[in-house]
Amino acid sequence: MKNLFKLFSIIIIIIASNSYSFAAEKVKYLKTDWSFKGLFGKFDRASLQRGYQVYTEVCASCHSMKYLSYRNLSEPGGPEFSEAQAKAIAASFEVTDGPNSDGEMFTRPGKLSDKFVMPYDNVKAAQAANGGAYPPDMSVLVKARGGGVDYIYSLLQGYEEAPSNISLDDGVYYNKYMYGNKIRMAAPLLDGLVEYGDGTNATVEQMSKDVTTFLMWSAEPHLESRHQMGFKAIVYLIILTILVYFSMKKIWSRVESEV
Amino acid sequence: MSDHDYRPKSKVGQWFNDRLPLLTLANHLTDYPTPKNLNYWWTFGGILTFCLITQIVTGLTLAMHYIAHADMAFESVEHIMRDVNYGWLIRYIHANGASMFFLAVYIHIFRSLFYGSYKSPREIIWILGIIIYLLMMAAAFMGYVLPWGQMSFWGATVITNLFSAIPLVGEGIVTWLWGGYSVDNPTLTRFFTLHYLIPFLILGLVVLHIWALHVPGNNNPVGIDIKKPSKDTVPFHPYIVIKDGFALLMFMIVFAFFVFYAPNILGHADNYIEANPMVTPAHIVPEWYLLPFYAILRSVPDKLLGVVAMLSAILILAVLPWLDTSKIRSAVFRPLYKQFYWILVADVLILGYVGAMPAEGLYLLIARVATAYYFLHFLVILPVLGFKEKTLPVPLSITEPVLGGSPNLAAARNKESKIE
Amino acid sequence: MSEKKTKRRDFLFTATTAVGAVGAAAVVWPMIDQMNPDASVKALASTEVDVSALTPGNTLTVLWRGKPVFIRRRTQEEIDEARKVNMEDLIHPEKDEDRAKNPEWLVMLGVCTHLGCVPLNDKGDYNGWFCPCHGSHYDTSGRIRKGPAPLNMEVPKYEFVNANTIKIG
Repeated sequence: MKNLFKLFSIIIIIIASNSYSFAAEKVKYLKTDWSFKGLFGKFDRASLQRGYQVYTEVCASCHSMKYLSYRNLSEPGGPEFSEAQAKAIAASFEVTDGPNSDGEMFTRPGKLSDKFVMPYDNVKAAQAANGGAYPPDMSVLVKARGGGVDYIYSLLQGYEEAPSNISLDDGVYYNKYMYGNKIRMAAPLLDGLVEYGDGTNATVEQMSKDVTTFLMWSAEPHLESRHQMGFKAIVYLIILTILVYFSMKKIWSRVESEV
Repeated sequence: MSDHDYRPKSKVGQWFNDRLPLLTLANHLTDYPTPKNLNYWWTFGGILTFCLITQIVTGLTLAMHYIAHADMAFESVEHIMRDVNYGWLIRYIHANGASMFFLAVYIHIFRSLFYGSYKSPREIIWILGIIIYLLMMAAAFMGYVLPWGQMSFWGATVITNLFSAIPLVGEGIVTWLWGGYSVDNPTLTRFFTLHYLIPFLILGLVVLHIWALHVPGNNNPVGIDIKKPSKDTVPFHPYIVIKDGFALLMFMIVFAFFVFYAPNILGHADNYIEANPMVTPAHIVPEWYLLPFYAILRSVPDKLLGVVAMLSAILILAVLPWLDTSKIRSAVFRPLYKQFYWILVADVLILGYVGAMPAEGLYLLIARVATAYYFLHFLVILPVLGFKEKTLPVPLSITEPVLGGSPNLAAARNKESKIE
Repeated sequence: MSEKKTKRRDFLFTATTAVGAVGAAAVVWPMIDQMNPDASVKALASTEVDVSALTPGNTLTVLWRGKPVFIRRRTQEEIDEARKVNMEDLIHPEKDEDRAKNPEWLVMLGVCTHLGCVPLNDKGDYNGWFCPCHGSHYDTSGRIRKGPAPLNMEVPKYEFVNANTIKIG
């Protein structure tokens, strides 16, 4: 058993040292209590629904979310809008479909099976409309940034007056959490920008938290089932390990040797 | 071994076994005499078999949904993560499984280094193992390209460009590898094909690896030859099976923790950005398990020599049985070797660390020293140590461990030959 | 005493094996289920068809769940022919009234129930459909009348959303 502990502590040290070596970030991100962290972490449904509102009303004018479908909005583990609500949301978007029997493309109201409508037809169009900078697709954005949710949450609140020693070009803004501190996106949020249906006060901090929660879900739509299954799997493995350990002791008791 | 005498009890069994002796094989595997003093470091062979099977099964199922096309690969991975039933689970097992596989293989290799398992008569087992390790690296590298994220693309670009270091034909080889003038769709499809093929090559080599193991039998912590079967051995089933099973379950708990609670911690965030040939990520690093070799590559200022150094670092292991001149296998009885062994472990960990850091300033200096020491260990320390080292007395058998006034080595040999 | 010990040991081994087997089975399921239709496929389970341009005596073929669906606007003769058939003459007895709620419109999967080929329109001995693969004849209600197919062509779940639009699925 002693050896075993040694073994596992070495494994953990190796892993820890490796993961730390990647965490080369020096900036301290703003912290908040994310409901989805931890062994039993779950999303806050109300926050997800508010986050979706912030996304559609604010972000969606520039940022696509091309891997999401409207049906996802009513699926378990997500914002869990009712199916009727999700249908209504989908129908409020014009979707290009076709070609029809005349060979022409046409538009129709969106359906649950449609992907989120994109603000621009392609990357080039997005760049042209944004002074050459491509507003990244937001579907997996949280996983595509080193600091994850904390980074996005901080960035949204990180706009400041540039220090006097930094000169900014036109269309470039100062953000203390952005890599290199220069960002092509103007501060997207300001207090009261959206009006929450549930009466929550739409402060920049609140909106940042809601939309970041929404982005976490969009990047990891199965996070809740992952946590639930993980807990069951690990409990199961521990039980089986204990059973196997005692079986092993019994079997090895036949030989005069230490296991 | 008593294999030849084995007769199945039933008539049907005898009839079948005379035509295809599978039952003899099964009997051999269950009765296989194993040293009873094997410690938990010996359970990693079984764990590695589990890793290989896990990777093959999850890989096959992923291949049913993955699309190997530059325009669709990234999207198809997202499709797996979002829509395919349990797709996220299968992909996370496969992605983290690669890391777990390497974690286990490194422990397996360093166990062998500590207990001298590579020495006569087990050189072929060792060399087969090194080939398996090389193929694992190739499979892991190509597998990492498949999601077609930024790290996939730029990792592929950097690693394939290593071949351009070869004089005269280098550029031609790189173009041939790419099937174009850059890493692109033809590269992706061929990498997918090879990534699918290699695990089966590994599987075949694993069979040979185990076959070669079953000829001399297992080495053991004491490192002495043992008679089999004898009171020093136990049958593989149930003794070793249950012990391997126990260790495997402990390993699976660690594995499950990564899959369910930190599935992306060992990966790189940039790989969730779709490949873009116009923009290189700020900091290209390979997966953690390749970092020591990456550090060696970068520590040499010359392009060709860097590649040569990196390859030699791996291939030097293949000739290790002849570089180590010591007659004693286990480090338990080699006080000096034991210290150098731990220095080597530290050296490789340091190489891994600096491999993840930018190649500049102090990091580069450390990488150079560590690289030099790595080669020094194998090329100078090991050969010399075999002649100079004063080893401790080795016991006669596992059941007679040396305590107090034990016989010295010469006496022990004498006694052993008399018994025979 | 020793007997008791043996029993406990047996129980331990049985429990270990049983718990292990449950886990193994639980692991197998995701590997099987991943081959079932995924969430995006299930979401496409219904499709809407505009039938305003279809004139009597013609068939529109649309793709639904990767299979052709025949939408036939039947003439009065076809309806009469389908309705007067004696149930005893049918291999798979089904009333035309049950297959086509609105007699003018026949909606069915255009897949032969023998081995899955697509039958040809307006062919065969019964003025309905004829499967070229192995010679199955279907009548004007899509019912099997002659040949190796065992069943009538399947009527999927469908509804008229409005006078011109049929929603299949």
